[in-house]
Amino acid sequence: MDGETQLIFERSVAGRRGFLFPENDMETKPIDNLIPENYRRNSETCLPEVSEVDVVRHFTELASRSFGVDAGFYPLGSCTMKYNPKVNEDIAALSGFTSLHPLQPSEDVQGILELMYKLTKGLCELTGMQWGTLQPFAGAHGEFTGMKLFKAYFKSRGEHDRRKILVPTSAHGTNPASAHISGFEVQEIEADHRGLVSIEDLKKHLDENLAGIMLTNPNTLGLFEKDIETIATLVHDAGGLLYYDGANLNAIMGKVRPGDMGFDVIHMNLHKTFSTPHGGGGPGAGPVLVSKRLVKFLPVPDVEKQGEAYDFCFAHPESIGRISGFYGNIGVLTRAYAFLLAMGSDGLTAASEMAVLNANYLRSRLKTSFSIPFEGICKHEFVLSAKNIKEEFGISALDVAKALLDAGIHPPTIYFPLIVPEALMIEPTESESKETLDRFVEVMESIAKQAAVDPQKLHDAPHQTPVRRVDEVQAAKHPIVAWRPE
Amino acid sequence: MIQHPYLPQTEDEIKSMLETIGVSSIDDLFSDIAPSVLLQKELNLPKTKTEWEVYQELSHLAEKNRSAISFLGCGSYDHILPSVVGRIMGLPMFYTSYTPYQAEISQGVLQAIFEFQSMICSITGMDVANASLYDGATAAVEAAAMAVNSSRNSDTILVSETVHPSTKAVLRTYFGDLGINIVEVPAEKGQSNFAAIRDALKSEVAAVLVQTPNIFGYLEDLTGLADAVHDNKSKLIVSSNPMSLGIARSQAEWNADIAVGDTQPFGLPSYFGGPSVGYIATREKLMRKLPGRIVGQTTDAEGKRAFVLTLQAREQHIKRERATSNICSNQALAALGTTIYLSLIGKQGLKEAGNLCLQKAHYLHDRLVKELGAEALSAEPFFNEFTLNIGSKTDDLIKALRSGGIYGGVRVENLDERYQGLVTIAVTEKRTKQEMDRYVDIAREVL
Repeated sequence: MDGETQLIFERSVAGRRGFLFPENDMETKPIDNLIPENYRRNSETCLPEVSEVDVVRHFTELASRSFGVDAGFYPLGSCTMKYNPKVNEDIAALSGFTSLHPLQPSEDVQGILELMYKLTKGLCELTGMQWGTLQPFAGAHGEFTGMKLFKAYFKSRGEHDRRKILVPTSAHGTNPASAHISGFEVQEIEADHRGLVSIEDLKKHLDENLAGIMLTNPNTLGLFEKDIETIATLVHDAGGLLYYDGANLNAIMGKVRPGDMGFDVIHMNLHKTFSTPHGGGGPGAGPVLVSKRLVKFLPVPDVEKQGEAYDFCFAHPESIGRISGFYGNIGVLTRAYAFLLAMGSDGLTAASEMAVLNANYLRSRLKTSFSIPFEGICKHEFVLSAKNIKEEFGISALDVAKALLDAGIHPPTIYFPLIVPEALMIEPTESESKETLDRFVEVMESIAKQAAVDPQKLHDAPHQTPVRRVDEVQAAKHPIVAWRPE
Repeated sequence: MIQHPYLPQTEDEIKSMLETIGVSSIDDLFSDIAPSVLLQKELNLPKTKTEWEVYQELSHLAEKNRSAISFLGCGSYDHILPSVVGRIMGLPMFYTSYTPYQAEISQGVLQAIFEFQSMICSITGMDVANASLYDGATAAVEAAAMAVNSSRNSDTILVSETVHPSTKAVLRTYFGDLGINIVEVPAEKGQSNFAAIRDALKSEVAAVLVQTPNIFGYLEDLTGLADAVHDNKSKLIVSSNPMSLGIARSQAEWNADIAVGDTQPFGLPSYFGGPSVGYIATREKLMRKLPGRIVGQTTDAEGKRAFVLTLQAREQHIKRERATSNICSNQALAALGTTIYLSLIGKQGLKEAGNLCLQKAHYLHDRLVKELGAEALSAEPFFNEFTLNIGSKTDDLIKALRSGGIYGGVRVENLDERYQGLVTIAVTEKRTKQEMDRYVDIAREVL
């Protein structure tokens, strides 16, 4: 599809209707009698006036100007964009789930409470933790919840000076932000020549002010932190706690459990590892699971089983309190539970194995055309650097990304982690076939070749997309963030 | 190794890929993990199930849930859902896409978010909205954080008692150990005490948070409140059920600085509380304090109109440990649902839906109060929700209605134990006269 699309507001024709509400089946009173003038709106909205078919065609056109996993390969590092099984959508749409009001009596919501309870148990088994909460709406919300659990733990021990959280330089940007908004001070830990946490640097930060460390393992370079047991011992001995960022859990399911590695708190990104659709950036779900000593601080309400019945429990005096208006993104949890059952113990393990196989296969095949900053096997993702073609031909990671768009492939994450120049962070996931991976290799190789032959074409990419390269600077300098009537 | 439908690699392919890598087995790919941490047993979970088995099991769980004609509200409402909303949200290019970092192949998602922002601005009367927040409660938190971060030496948020108890609880969780005080100003008869709020305005107050319609359903008269708040150099945050804003005064009309709320009433099923969408909108002068994702209009290399994520210098991936919000993902798909819903109903539909809720809520209110003599908590105007003081008969009333296939309302004590004997009753455009008459008939037996 070419050219501009009208805004829904620009399709508006005064008097047109897209939906009718039933007529009032009782006497209608003048609004003036019900709401005095002072409380009444005195301005018009600019909502569009369009027919039903206008709405359907407008949004169908917008959908066609978007790109999802169902359209093609999406090797977006640390975002785990795997295939979303279709039966999960049918399950999530069952009216026995969608119609539930959050304040219904608990005897009428036994099915959803049972689902929440069993999902929590399953996630605990998968991660080696004791118990958890499904409430966090997203990974970052889970990080925040985890940091509050840290706070509550130290408060209960009277250790008010433990205010320092360590994060590696390669950590996701939300880690330091979550620690900061929870009242911690963030200090960065350096990576060593292997791309792993520098034990030497870690030791320099261990003191009586240490609250803990936030790690993702495998890390954002796709490398497993081999020294994790040493790290756990050092941090615990210094009185700190370990937080596991579950963004990269897809590499280790059924292989290693964060609880067994010594982590005290973990969040999982169900929208990643458990294949619930990302929906253009949400809704997600970021359950938080904890070791035994932190259970009593979990948010309320908690789902409990009493005999054969399930119920919410609010009576946890040491809880950090509520973190959401109700109980989280339940619609995401139903999809995740379906995925858990469909995969089972053997399927989850196989998923990790295939994710790791696919990543190492791509890495092996791509290392001749691009440079690889760190040696050895990788886990579910790896980082390539475009610095060789940048230096030689001026072709940047951004140019490579934009050229991939023309091939119908979503680009990898670029310029992250910050410690690798011209980084391209690739995560194929387990759901991609060998043919897809081979085609990706061919496309990447042809881009690398084109860098030498016709660099301008790459600077001008993409050529086949609904719009050409977008001017981000203009958007930030002269913000237009809402449509307004003339 | 199982051959699972979600895992395409065959045994032959696995073998050939291992050869390319230069290892002899899958286990070699995990040889960088110390044996001492490698899991030595199989996970204690059931084995793989087929699609059909999974569907059966989950259908069975869905059937264990029951429902009734619902007069439940307090933050989640049973409105009519147009078919188009679910159908369009289900288009794979919307629901299987990621956050639109690659603008050139994400114009559809970006434009839909731009339209969402525009609609939220229009309904609230504000200048700028973001791409959505998690829910209404966390939206209030982000608004409070904006206020704290935009005024020096402020450490207090004044919250009217009539704000949703969950919102107050979430505020306390977020700010509890940051040295920021959440001070509740007690209400009177289901209404904010504005004189007390004015008296409590001190220099350290960053913001005042009020809600209208409030937790009991009553509209609040905010006349003069913004002036008092602004004279104190504080910010006024107003939370509203957006469905009320077709007929009730918008946040901008009350001269608020930040508007928040939850768009669940706009086309989203109640789904046991989530996903819904938190909305936040503010004045242009606070644009760079607004958390979360924002889509801006720009042009592409050929001068065509295009959309892109913008103003990202505010965000956690640039500011890192100085970031004042960690919000990253939002509720994009649910926000799309709201955008489709508002496109369908349009400016006329928003007024009509609001008026239907208003008329029907008053019908039931008048029958219960004027005819049966039930005691209303307040005589103030309300929108689609009102509160009765049933006292010691609450149990009997709720149970009798439940037996008659009706959820009669929310026992507010379940949200905050101070509210014993109060029942908040929500009436949407979906409720019929027949359903309400049945409600009254059952209530007549109990009251």
